[in-house]
Amino acid sequence: MRLCPGPVRVGGVDLSNHLILAAGVLGTTGASLQRMLREGAGGVVSKSIGPIPISGHKGPCVQVYDHYVLNAMGLPNPSQAFQNEMAPLSGKPVIVSIFGGNPEEFATVASWFTDSAAAFELNVSCPHAKGYGTQIGTDPAMVEACTRAVKQTADLPVWVKLTPNVTDITTIGKAAEDGGADAIVAVNTVKAMRINTELKRPVLGYGTGGLSGPAIFPVALRCVWELYDAVSVPIIGCGGVSNADEVIEMMMAGAAAVEIGTAVVNGSEVFRQIADALYGEDGESPADIVGCAHA
Amino acid sequence: MHEIASVAVEILEMYDETPSVKTITFSPSFDIRPGQFCMVWVPGVDEVPMGFSSENSISVQQVGEATNALCSLAPGDKIGIRGPLGNGFSPKGRVLAIAGGVGAAPLLPLAERGMADTFILGARTEAELPFRNSLDACTDLLIATDDGTAGYHGFVTGVLADLDPTAYDTICVCGPEMMMKNVLRDLFTAGCAEKSQLSLVRYMKCGVGICGSCSMDPDGICVCREGPVIAGHRLLSEKSEFGRYARDASGQRSDGPGH
Repeated sequence: MRLCPGPVRVGGVDLSNHLILAAGVLGTTGASLQRMLREGAGGVVSKSIGPIPISGHKGPCVQVYDHYVLNAMGLPNPSQAFQNEMAPLSGKPVIVSIFGGNPEEFATVASWFTDSAAAFELNVSCPHAKGYGTQIGTDPAMVEACTRAVKQTADLPVWVKLTPNVTDITTIGKAAEDGGADAIVAVNTVKAMRINTELKRPVLGYGTGGLSGPAIFPVALRCVWELYDAVSVPIIGCGGVSNADEVIEMMMAGAAAVEIGTAVVNGSEVFRQIADALYGEDGESPADIVGCAHA
Repeated sequence: MHEIASVAVEILEMYDETPSVKTITFSPSFDIRPGQFCMVWVPGVDEVPMGFSSENSISVQQVGEATNALCSLAPGDKIGIRGPLGNGFSPKGRVLAIAGGVGAAPLLPLAERGMADTFILGARTEAELPFRNSLDACTDLLIATDDGTAGYHGFVTGVLADLDPTAYDTICVCGPEMMMKNVLRDLFTAGCAEKSQLSLVRYMKCGVGICGSCSMDPDGICVCREGPVIAGHRLLSEKSEFGRYARDASGQRSDGPGH
């Protein structure tokens, strides 16, 4: 099955296709984000930017396996200095991922990018940074407050990226919607770990980390499926998508667009490859596909 | 997608290459192309990128917490190796290698496989010249030292000036970034920058082209995946950060060349 090409507008952002570069992947510099747009991404999400510069966890930060990747980067980011990376990207579909430890910090970080971002994505879902991410994103009241704080700071669309590491993701999705979210991104990585048996230690310097890649696609798909029945804002599917058929599958579960991250390990040309396989002039209308499996 | 996870290796030998560089050999060995690198995991400390100096060795300069910890280990200890990573050199025809200090490490396997016709090795002093005997045995070795204690008195560019670089088909370079910048400038002047391949260093976290820490301006070259060996002509633009600035672990820019 293919989709007919055409303008894509999701969560208040005009995209050149349904494939968005996920946060934390090749998004540390403006040049890298620009390159991914050149390589065929319909939109790009930056590395998550927080209130203070962070160097990140001690390595190993990433381990690649046959069907999944484990990472514990520890939210490394240049903080306000990221303004310099964003300056040449104004007007492009660049969504700035931001994080903080409370609503005020989210608002402060957002205020730095109101002139350059096309939208914000709130990282309330990183599973490996104390005081941030999942520690915010498992508390519905906190998610709602952080979303509202950014909405009040910036006249820009706000996407909220959820963690799958909760009992009921719809509760968090509804909290984001109540806070004014323009879209929900589902999901961030699944908390996980491996141990090197010869070294008798976790394979990540931080110990535990986040699982991504093909292994989590069924988890992400299920989250999108549940959210589609629970919220009325668009959902952006994220988690293990690595080919055009999985993009369609995500859309049938309810995703209006998808984010692609770990598949970049196969090469940055992955966006062009998926887009080539996804679109055809005789394809189906995306509007007929999104959520169709719920019928 | 295929597995590139840390493999536990046992340290076999550790010996001083120079007063500041230690070679560490380990088992098992890896199937490498000269110029490829690995992420070296010192358990409980950190993980750092390092070029393979052979299929079962790295040569370490103590520059920080992880390399200090690495050099304090002993034969029998275990470390993790993730690799081989990156592209390595692609030598063809007559090959000139140019190395500065510990930058000779990823060029050593090239020479030992008989692929370097001429090898310019530079260091601050005679004692700081790594791999001198090994290189002397497998290539036409030309020496430069900053203080004149061995070979040409001055930088590798002084030795290069007495050669005809256009007589070579491939020019492989690894060393401090300012040295490489000067070499590239001279090759450009000689009209053969397009023959050069430079092994670069940028701060790296993932080593597999996902995280973006090692991305270079202005084109977003991903050093860990597309490199670490980058064609010289891609670094000639005035907008290139090469030789001008680099980013740290947080992604903040700091002026001055990379390492």
